[in-house]
Amino acid sequence: MTKLQTLPAASNSSSGKSGKDGKSPRRRESPGSLAFSRSARIKGLVKHAILIIVGAVMIYPLLWMVVSSLRPNDLIFREPGLWLESLEMSNYTDGWSALTHPFGHYMINSAIVVLGSILGNLISCSMAAYAFARLQFSGKKIFFGIMLLTIMLPFHVVIVPQYILFSQIGWVNTFWPLIVPKLLATDAFFVFLMVQFIRGIPKDLDEAARIDGAGHPRIFLRVILPLMVPALATTTIFTFIWTWNDFFGALIYLTDPDMFTVPVALRAFVDSQSATSWGSLFAMSIVSLLPVFLVFLFGQRFLIKGIATTGIK
Amino acid sequence: MSAIGELSTMTRRKGPMTKEEKKANGRDNKAAYIFLLPWLIGLVAITVGPMLMSLYLSFTDYNLLQPPEWVGLDNFIRMFGDARLHNSLRVTFTYVLVGVPLQLGVALLIALVLDKGLRGLPFYRSIFYLPSLLGGSVAVAILWKQIFGTTGLVNQVLAMVGIEGPGWISDPNTALGSIILLHVWTFGSPMIIFLAGLRQIPVMYYEAAKVDGATTLQQFWRITLPMLSPIIFFNLVLQIIGSFQSFTQAFIVSGGNGGPSDSTMFFTLYLYQKGFGQFDMGYASAMAWFLLVIIGAFTAINFIASKYWVFYDD
Repeated sequence: MTKLQTLPAASNSSSGKSGKDGKSPRRRESPGSLAFSRSARIKGLVKHAILIIVGAVMIYPLLWMVVSSLRPNDLIFREPGLWLESLEMSNYTDGWSALTHPFGHYMINSAIVVLGSILGNLISCSMAAYAFARLQFSGKKIFFGIMLLTIMLPFHVVIVPQYILFSQIGWVNTFWPLIVPKLLATDAFFVFLMVQFIRGIPKDLDEAARIDGAGHPRIFLRVILPLMVPALATTTIFTFIWTWNDFFGALIYLTDPDMFTVPVALRAFVDSQSATSWGSLFAMSIVSLLPVFLVFLFGQRFLIKGIATTGIK
Repeated sequence: MSAIGELSTMTRRKGPMTKEEKKANGRDNKAAYIFLLPWLIGLVAITVGPMLMSLYLSFTDYNLLQPPEWVGLDNFIRMFGDARLHNSLRVTFTYVLVGVPLQLGVALLIALVLDKGLRGLPFYRSIFYLPSLLGGSVAVAILWKQIFGTTGLVNQVLAMVGIEGPGWISDPNTALGSIILLHVWTFGSPMIIFLAGLRQIPVMYYEAAKVDGATTLQQFWRITLPMLSPIIFFNLVLQIIGSFQSFTQAFIVSGGNGGPSDSTMFFTLYLYQKGFGQFDMGYASAMAWFLLVIIGAFTAINFIASKYWVFYDD
């Protein structure tokens, strides 16, 4: 869990720029009276108690789902605890082969859509971001404003005509309706995230490259892109999680079980099974959450930075 | 700066172009439009085009098979008399107006507890953040369906203390509540934005307040809250826009029908049923535009109201 400690936790910079940093020294120089430090310690204990209780309540359902997936079915409706008497792997083997295809088939489908979406977002959004952050062109302000507005546009307003469009090209039950929009930078949030990042890169570097005779494609590829790797990583991770979880798009465009991604496969599983197979349903739910959890473990730094600087979940 | 902050400064700063801007104008037009090409195509083909198309469709009767037939305002008039639609509005408004303040309240509270250089902060932050990554998934909605079922985890725990809980998601009175709880459960991402905001407040303000003898509560009301108000506003706008579009959880928990007795029939769920269940594309388009107007109105009200409570330091 070393990754969890990547953000500045208690650096003691003397400047008062960051609230947290500035506070720790003040606390230390506070009057050394015993009463004060005791009340501070009690305050700290109360805080930890609150946090531990809230955290435990929040995480408990997830832990319970993991444990329940390793239990015989009937126990799921009788045993609220986390104690495991034996490991029951049958839920996983049953669940894996419960649908038309083995569950791995749906995971591969999801992986294809995810990879295509990541690639699409990385290329198209970084190009648009470079134009908005570095180039002067007519209509820039208007386009930039439109781009910001589209971040907030509810997708329902476009979904019906989009469906009509894609079904007329014959793209229903293909992955194209889920990938092509990403190739066209419709996830404007990432354009914005990258614009913010590029603005922070010193312009001297562009100027130096330009004096050396580099054109915009060269500056973009050789100077800007290598420097914006953190923004690209954030984009990759968020695209991964959002696309992996995306239910609505898949529900509309993928009706053929061959093409199901994980979320619609899980939904089919819920619908097809009677209440007796919750164990295998849980098992496959866990399998479906595993990639997101791994990304969370290893990419947390980028996730938290991305949210903190641009503020979207 | 956030997208919202940037938008509001853009509308505020309307002066004539500076000399430099004029000189620079048009310099990179060709290169710029090449770089923007994918985005421009997307804007036209995936966003603006379909928007206009759906505006047109909202005045038609269209079922995908026959060509659209112009019916004027019929769809909108139908919406006036559609009791299920009114109910779906009520459900959605309840979800947004209860869920969003609750979620943001918890997020702010936990952020305040976490802020003061607490030991183990990265660990706590991770624990609280994880649910917001998983909350939108079908898997967690399935988990919710079990937890709040008649013999689910919640009732098992309640039974241990001798309480016989209702079938939370099969009872029309509590079904929506359990979905709202799922929304509150994902307070981690606004919490992280609050944490980032809290760090921006200069410590000297608190120090000065302390010298003047201000209590912790006074410091919160007079310093923390005003300084944090832009962030609260930002979270509020984003969460409201997002919550109006919430779909997956209600769909999975209710088995796709918005039940029991339409108590979890979100507006988006009803729109989906009309458009993609009954292929009543004209009506669905009218509903979609209605949703856009509602969200737009809420956002506008938010922006107007913000003049009275959001405090900008600059």
